[in-house]
Parts: sequence; C-alpha cells; structure tokens
Amino acid sequence: MQHEQTLIFEVSRAGRTGYNLPTPTVPEVDLDTLLPASMIRQEAAELPEVSELDVVRHYTSLSTRNHGVDSGFYPLGSCTMKYNPKVNEDMARLPGFAHIHPLQPVESIQGALELMVDLQEQLAEITGMDEVTLQPAAGAHGEWTGLMLIKAFHHHNGDLGRTKVLVPDSAHGTNPASAVVAGFETVTVKSDERGLVDLEDLKSKVGADTAALMLTNPNTLGLFEADILEIAKVVHEAGGKLYYDGANSNAILGIARPGDMGFDVVHLNLHKTFTGPHGGGGPGSGPVGVKRDLIPYLPTPIARRAETGFTLDYDRPQSIGRIKPFYGNFGINVRAYSYIKTMGAEGLTRVSREAVLNANYMFARLKDAFDVPYDTFCKHEFVLSGKRQKALGVRTLDIAKRLLDFGYHPPTIYFPLNVEECIMVEPTETESKETLDAFCDAMLQIVKEAEENPEIVQTAPHTTVVKRLDETLAARKPVLKYERRQPSSIN
Amino acid sequence: MNRMEFRYLPMTEQDERDMLQTIGVESIENLLEDIPASLRETASLAAIGAPLPEVDLVRHMTKLAEKNVHTKSTPSFLGAGMYDHLSPSVMNHMLLRSEFYTAYTPYQPEISQGELQAMFEFQTMICELTGMDVANSSMYDGITSLAEATYLASAHTKKKRVVVSGAVHPEAKDVIRTYAGGPGLTVEYTDVNAGVTDLSDIDLTDASCLVVQYPNFYGRVEDLATLAKAAHEAGALFVVSSNPLALGILESPGALGADITVGDAQPFGIPQSFGGPSCGYFAVKKALMRKLPGRLVGQTVDEDGKRGFVLTLQAREQHIRRDKATSNICSNQALNALAASITMSALGKYGIRDMAVRNIQTAHYMKEALKTAGYAVVDEGPMFNEFVVDFGVDADHVSRHLLEAGIIGGLPLGSYETERKTQMLLCATELRTKEEIDLFVEVVGGMN
Repeated sequence: MQHEQTLIFEVSRAGRTGYNLPTPTVPEVDLDTLLPASMIRQEAAELPEVSELDVVRHYTSLSTRNHGVDSGFYPLGSCTMKYNPKVNEDMARLPGFAHIHPLQPVESIQGALELMVDLQEQLAEITGMDEVTLQPAAGAHGEWTGLMLIKAFHHHNGDLGRTKVLVPDSAHGTNPASAVVAGFETVTVKSDERGLVDLEDLKSKVGADTAALMLTNPNTLGLFEADILEIAKVVHEAGGKLYYDGANSNAILGIARPGDMGFDVVHLNLHKTFTGPHGGGGPGSGPVGVKRDLIPYLPTPIARRAETGFTLDYDRPQSIGRIKPFYGNFGINVRAYSYIKTMGAEGLTRVSREAVLNANYMFARLKDAFDVPYDTFCKHEFVLSGKRQKALGVRTLDIAKRLLDFGYHPPTIYFPLNVEECIMVEPTETESKETLDAFCDAMLQIVKEAEENPEIVQTAPHTTVVKRLDETLAARKPVLKYERRQPSSIN
Repeated sequence: MNRMEFRYLPMTEQDERDMLQTIGVESIENLLEDIPASLRETASLAAIGAPLPEVDLVRHMTKLAEKNVHTKSTPSFLGAGMYDHLSPSVMNHMLLRSEFYTAYTPYQPEISQGELQAMFEFQTMICELTGMDVANSSMYDGITSLAEATYLASAHTKKKRVVVSGAVHPEAKDVIRTYAGGPGLTVEYTDVNAGVTDLSDIDLTDASCLVVQYPNFYGRVEDLATLAKAAHEAGALFVVSSNPLALGILESPGALGADITVGDAQPFGIPQSFGGPSCGYFAVKKALMRKLPGRLVGQTVDEDGKRGFVLTLQAREQHIRRDKATSNICSNQALNALAASITMSALGKYGIRDMAVRNIQTAHYMKEALKTAGYAVVDEGPMFNEFVVDFGVDADHVSRHLLEAGIIGGLPLGSYETERKTQMLLCATELRTKEEIDLFVEVVGGMN
C-alpha cells in the first residue's frame, strides 16, 4: 500500500527557512514608526517553515501523484488535451515577455503590442471574423464577453426586448451559466435524431425576443451541424445573433470558418486548440472575435497598428468597457502565438484533418463494443454510450476508473447530458496510432471484463495512490483547509 | 516540407492509409463531406504564413521580446496592481514539473492527488493570510475576483446597489461597472478624502456591499475596522480587495470585519507578464461558503480510509447549475495558484513578514528621499510599498524622461484622473536598491 502523502504544513518545523531576501541597502526602520499599532498584524499567518529541499521534495512528490499529457494519453472530450510544446514555455519566459509591466510607456512595450496585433490578425483569419480582442481570461469569460457585446448591440439599436438566449441541450454548462450571468434567460433547443440542432424546434423558439443562439460546431457529440447555414438564416431573420463556442475548434482549422458559417461572435480557447497549456485547470485564454457590426462594442483597450509602431486604442465610446485588468492573459497568448507560428497555415490544416482521422479511427475500432447513439462519421471527438455495460452492472464511471489502471486519463463521462452513460473521447492529432490502438485495446478488454469479471471493473482503480474517494463525505462535512495548530505571535 | 517535418504530428503516410482502411473510406475528405462545400472553399489560412522551424521561431520571438524594456535589466517603480518582486528559483523549477502544467481540471481525483492537494494547501495559505474561513482554488485575477464578489454580495443580500470606494484601482472600477451590466446592478463610488475612503457623503442603506482596497490604489492603508462597522450597520457585506504580501505585516481583513476578501497572489513570485496571467483569490467567512464561485478542494478519505482530496461542493458550480448559476467561472488560474503556493512555502511564516517589512522600509526610504529633494508626497499617511508624489510638471513627461535614463518610472495618474496630471504613483519593492532609488531622485532632479 502506498504511503499517505504529508501536507506541507506537516513537514514544517519551527525555525526552518526556505528563503532569503536581497542584501539590505536601505536603512532599517522600526515598523512601529511606520504604521500605527492598530494596523500591525497581531497573529502570524501560519505558513509552513520548511527548507528549500523540503519544498522541492514536497512538490516533486505531489507532481508524481498527478497525470498530465506528458504522463500519458489524456482523451478528455471537449478539452483538447494535445501535446504542449516545450519551446512555448521557453518563449513565454523570455525576459522581454515575462518581465514587462502592462502600464509601461507605450514606446517601451512595442514588441508585446506587435505580438498582440499579429495574434489578433491570425485569429481573425482562422475564425473568419473582422476583429479580435485578447482580453477574456478563459472560455467562459469569452462567452460572457460575447453575450455582453450582443446585448450592447441590441440595446444600441433600441431593441430592448431581446432577453432570451437559445442554447442546445448538448451545450457546455458554461453556455447557460454565461447567458444568465450576462442577464439573459435561456431557452433550450432540442437535438434531433441525428444529434444535431432540431431545426423545427429552433424555428418554434426563435423570435422577436431572441438575443442570440449559442452553438458549438462541431457540437459536443463531435458532429458537424450540417444545417449551419440554414440555422444562421433562421436566427438572423429573426434579428438574433449567432454565438460560436470555440471549445471544439480543433476540428475545423483550415477546414471551415465560423465567420463563413454565419456566426457573429466567436470565442476560442487558446489553452485547448492552441496548446495553452491547461495548467491543472488554468490559466486559459479566451479571445473573442466579432463581425464588423459588433466591433464598436469590444472591450477597451485594443492593441492596434499606429502610424509608427503599435498602440493601445482607448477611444472606444460604445465599448462595453473593461472585462479584465490590463490586456488579457498575455503569457498564454505568447504560447499560442508561438504555436501558430510553428505550425503555419499548412500545419494548422493538418492538425484538424489528423484530429478528425484519429477520432474516426478510434470510433471505428470501438463502436461495435458499445452502444452508439449516433453512428456516423464524427469530427475531432465522438461519443459512446455505456448502456449495454450498465445492464451488466458496470457503469460508465466504473469503466473510467478501470482505465486508470491502464495508465490512461479517462474520457469525459456523463457529458453531454443528452446521452445516457456517455463516454466522450477526443484523441487529438498529437497522439500516435500505437497510442490510439493501445487505448482501444484497453477499452475492449474492459468491455470483456464487464462481461466476464465485472467485479474487477466495479472495484477499480486498483493501482492508483488512492482508491475511490468518498465525495459524499467531502460535501457533507467540508474540510476545506488544514486546521492549524495553536496560533502564535510574530511580534 | 514533407509530412514528418511537423514535429508535433506523428501520423505517417502508412498510418493514414491503415486508419482510413479500418474506417472504410478512401480519404480524410470523406470524413468531411457533411460540411457545406461553400464553407470548405473559403476556409483559407493564407495570412498565417509558412511554418517556422524551432530555431527560426526562437529568433523571431527573441527579436520581438527584445523590443520591450523589461524589469530584469531596467529598475522599475511601477506597481498599481502588478508588482516586480523576487521569484525564488525553486518556484519556476517546481512549476515546470509537467505533470502539473499539462494536466487539466482534476476531475479524476485518483490520478490528480498532486494538483488537488496543492490547491488544498493554497486554500489554507490564503485563509491564513486573510484571516478568512474558506478560500477557493483561484480566480482569473484580483480585479475580476472583486467583480465576482459584488455578484455574490448582491445575490446574498438580494440588493442590487453596489458601493465602491473611490480609492480602488481605476481598472477595478471599470471591470465592476462592466460586470454590473450583466445582472443589472447599480454602482456608486464613495469620495476619497486625504487619500482614503470617505463615507460621509454616501448612503449605505440598501447597499449589497461596501468594496474597499487594502492598501488602496494610492498606496494608503485603509481603516478597515471603521469601514466594516459602517457597512455592517447598514446591512451591507464588507468586501476587501487586498494585496496578500502586505498581509505579512498588516492586520488581516478577517480580523477587522471583512465578509469577503479577494485579491491577487501575483506578488508571490508570479511574473508580471504584461498584466497576465496573474492569480485571483477569493475568500469568505463560513456563512458564505456555499455561495463561493469557482472550484473548491476538500479533504476526504478513500475506500481504505486513507486521506485524499476531491473537488467538492460542486453543486455551486456552472456545470451543475447551468442556468441557475450565479457565476460562470470554469477554467481558473490553477497553475499560478501553484506558483504562489510554492513561493509562500519557501517564504514561510517569517519570510512573508520579512519581505513585507523590507517593502515598507524601501518605499519609506524612497518617499523620504523625494521629500528631501523637495517633492510633495500627496496625502501622506500609513502605506505599504506605494505612495503618490506630485512632481509639479506633467507626470507623463517625468515618466518618459526616466525611461530615457534607463528607469521605468511610476504610473502617471493623469491617464486615469485628469486632475492628477502632475502626480505619479510610485512603488518600491524589496528588489529596489538604495542606489536605484538615489538615481531616480537624481534623474528627476536634473529634469529642467
């Protein structure tokens, strides 16, 4: 049995230190003469007292208890867990990018602004939009920003009755949440038997109160919305705008552009499609692109070409305002820019074509062993249903946990919500055929186990540092921080 | 360029043939037939250009980076929400353990214990510093975290009027105003008198919250206890945005009555990176625990009774609540929360205090040096590492003059408030030396 991992607070020993400050050059002044006693902290913050090696051992140990793309295959659907190039990490750490302050005089940040303008133009080209803001910090932030732009557009036109945002039943959870936080009501649009937007249902729900339809294309089932041009027509004729959730953009680079499909607003997840990386949950970056009629409402400021060099445009009277301090997650944007430059037009097109081929190959190998809600060619990801295995007493959750024993991160499970016992697989283009085959072999073995020896699946995982964790206990009796020892004074 | 020259793409021509055969189609084009032909025709990426080999890429990126003046070679006196602090070498080395940065949200806890435990420790450290009961595992940045706090306060109190100190960061005012446009909140600002929040002309009745910054935008330490009392007497929540490094010496917001404390952990070794990504934090008193936005990590046990960690109280979050959500945050700044945790671990209980003391001493030295040289400190009073000086001439001009002399000056305040055109917000951290400060004073003195 694996040992129990200590907390950094448990490693702490009074008097041990892991830091030093620069040699002092200014005179020491007694704190009491600089601050009134009432403002000075009385009780120490109980941060750990550890040596530098303690820090190294602790975080190294934690890292070995974590699975990343570098550890092994990570086919988490809708998350695009592709390889994160090492050179991008180096580029983001160049002192001229990592150690510049956002409020420096504009002549001292020309390289950063040039990179931003270049990236904006590249993303506009990739998406088929007219202008891009890099300010949103992540996908959900981009969604919210896009909806606020649409709201500003309608309000500017005196169109105050557009209070509803249409969202398909297969949408990411952030879509309805972003709509509500932007002050809209949401209306769910059904999927039809093809797994696509039900055109008749859409027509019955779209109207004078429609602000926008939010759509992911390919959708979360990995299927291309083949009626997209008709969908756009229906929404536009009703006076609504079309919002593109870019979570699945890895399927369409150089193949089809949201701008050409009729979308008015697009967000991209640079941490997904453009190798962010994912960072254990963030930081991401969620640039938003718009068509011409929405440009006036974009957040302030926007990096632009000037007569000489580059500048920040603050003169935006119709802007929705700032949505983030400074200019977005620049460090992530540097990585994405580095990736786009590395791949070029040819490489990006191959990215999507090979992502699609990989997904279809895996689907072909796995579809007979599972129930398949939509048996058709997919794009960059596909869904299976574990209904057949559930009938044997093995749930999709069990299959996911059993995959851990084979060294894989499982696919996304129980999403989208409109597929029972859903398993959503996204291989990405950076994985080799051998990796895809080994994963398919593992899946098929688990299917066999479910039939012959279900217990081994039901009780999985067997090889991880902890077994299944009691999530009910965690929620019922929340322990959200380490309970410290007796408080002590620092003064 | 033949196909294997894309080093991130492993598919060989043989692989492609074999896979197509298994699928039962002739070419990848067959897999794309459901896409309308008109879309295929216009999907050009011509403007993206040719792929760059690694050496060419590094050359190109280095050239761009070198067009920027950076704080590794040029002393900087800019703060205003983004700070030039020491970053222990150990932090970057641990951060580059790629099991952390190439993972995503820890939805499979059995193989994400490292990330989950690191977040649990981050939550603990933030609670310790702020004096709050519960902290989440990060937000985008301090300012959007503050805007989210106004959402929480309004949802909790069922009041739509937000009162914000006039002495919070101007960009925070902008973001709060933009966010308010979502659920339809109204925002009002207090006066600023003598450099600190002045409540004498504002009515807090019906306010969901009173929002203040600590130390405030002008560098001054606010009297939190008095402000908290005023907020609570009016039935409003008291929201504090705090520089967490300053909390090494300043009394914690929790001890002084804050209901919500937010801020940015960027001072803990996270590079300025032109303003982002930084690392927002969000902490509350226990009564608000189930209304926290974002991800929370909790301790539990596995089937053998062994301690482990999971994402918990997820019923609060967008992917469960969907259109009932009060926040839509999904991705956060987990990697930077890890960076901050590593730095906080290295600094430890005494380091954080010593570093904070060094900041206040360095800023104090600079303030006194400028006073001695004849410049007026604006609204002088208790401060941390920032203060405002009036140079008597356009501060933009001062800033450009300093840049020519190889110094990144402070923030000219005229860009936010025209009546402060001659004023500059200066910051001196532990990284600034006496020599650099003396040079600053000398350069400014030689301007005319």
